[in-house]
Amino acid sequence: MAKVPVQFTLNGSEKAEFIESGTTLLHALRDKIGDTSPKGGCHQGTCGACSVIIDGELRLSCLMLAETCSGADIQTAAGLAEGGMLHPLQRAFLDAFATQCGFCTPGMIIAAKVLLDHTPNPSREDVVEALSGNICRCTGYEPIIQAVLAAARANSQNAA
Amino acid sequence: MSLALQTFPTVKDANTALQASGTRYLGGGTLVVRAANEGDVSVSDLVRVADPDLARIAVSGGKVKLGASVTMAAIARHPELAALAPAARAVGGPAIRNMATVGGNLFAPAPYGDFAVALLALDAAVVTADGEMPIETFLAGRDRSRAIVAAVEFSLPRAESFRFLKVSRVKPKGISVLSIAALLQRSADGTVASASIALGCMADRPMRAKAAENALLGCKLTPEEIAPALAAAGEGITPITDPIASAWYRAEVLPVHLGRLLLS
Ligand SMILES: Cc1cc2nc3c(=O)[nH]c(=O)nc-3n(C[C@H](O)[C@H](O)[C@H](O)COP(=O)(O)OP(=O)(O)OC[C@H]3O[C@@H](n4cnc5c(N)ncnc54)[C@H](O)[C@@H]3O)c2cc1C
Ligand code: FES
Ligand code: FES
Repeated sequence: MAKVPVQFTLNGSEKAEFIESGTTLLHALRDKIGDTSPKGGCHQGTCGACSVIIDGELRLSCLMLAETCSGADIQTAAGLAEGGMLHPLQRAFLDAFATQCGFCTPGMIIAAKVLLDHTPNPSREDVVEALSGNICRCTGYEPIIQAVLAAARANSQNAA
Repeated sequence: MSLALQTFPTVKDANTALQASGTRYLGGGTLVVRAANEGDVSVSDLVRVADPDLARIAVSGGKVKLGASVTMAAIARHPELAALAPAARAVGGPAIRNMATVGGNLFAPAPYGDFAVALLALDAAVVTADGEMPIETFLAGRDRSRAIVAAVEFSLPRAESFRFLKVSRVKPKGISVLSIAALLQRSADGTVASASIALGCMADRPMRAKAAENALLGCKLTPEEIAPALAAAGEGITPITDPIASAWYRAEVLPVHLGRLLLS
């Protein structure tokens, strides 16, 4: 299978790789680059565990071919903590017990981050809608919704 | 999975490559990459077109042209396409809407194809390199189509004349039990002067409810006057059965939801 060059920014660092044509972004990130924060749950677009942010938009890395991401700015959950400090959403997920087995958590946090980037003070309905493409088999969703709302409140207090 | 992707600058160049067996066009990939992930060996090669025109939305003089690569998210947030936003927002969750394209939705088998249902009610024209054709003709022949869709074109409906409803069981983003789009022109006294109604999940692809359309002509939108149209809505349908709903259930609830849409 032909190898193709792919170059993008991942969590602020330049990445340049030769990958097999047709490789999904999920596969390239996890198995080639070693960022295992996007999880492969269903590979069908239904669970959201593989969610990443591409040029500011929420995307499913299992349904994207890596070679279509050349030149893109990609963010994953692995890039959220800074200087050893958890991102406010990560902190809120821990504090609200919004993570149990943790498999869905990186995707949930990524989907929530896109929401808060665009809508810093979301309503509960906004949070439910933003997370509607993410499945969690453990928490029952309510702690996750509460965690996202708490992170939003903490952010707006910091901004005030 | 073993796939090879080729990118072409224009639709014309890519059309030739698409003729090879095992080759499919890559839109947003939500169905075709999913199929490859599932092990569908009929997909071996993918082609796509980099022309930025394919991702363009043009609205002018009451006419709309949506490039085939325009996403559901782009339609939903476009200020001049507010009438279509409910149909675009009906497609999947937020990430799917950022990826799912207009072109791909035309090929999506039921229970998908919610946006194509809206385009069918609007009697859109489907543009390919060979020219354009009515969406109804396009949908009828889509399984044999080997041409790349470049765009769809239609007259922008006035918000009050266009209605869209998707019925699903899982909120907020479950797939369709059914979807309905209706374009109704009414006279000053409220009687229906023309009606175009399209249904999703009532066949393997979106279909027009022609008997119901005819029965609505000259009616006011009251429960009594629309009753014959609701009775006729089931004519010619062969609903799908899937884990969401049986064909019987879909046929039973169609008149109820059509009635709600017309009276809303
Ligand atoms: C989790 C999930 C939920 C979904 N929910 C919904 C939903 O609620 N409603 C709904 O309608 N759909 C839904 N879909 C289906 C799908 O996302 C949409 O129908 C979407 O619009 C398909 O577009 P795409 O660009 O991703 O298609 P692709 O997967 O890129 O392509 C689909 C097919 O169309 C062909 N094709 C695509 N573009 C062109 C073109 N320009 N010219 C010629 N051929 C072309 C491809 O070759 C392929 O055969 C869902 C999918 C998933 C995975
Ligand atoms: S692994 Fe991508 S949506 Fe489930
Ligand atoms: S915490 Fe286990 S799937 Fe969500």
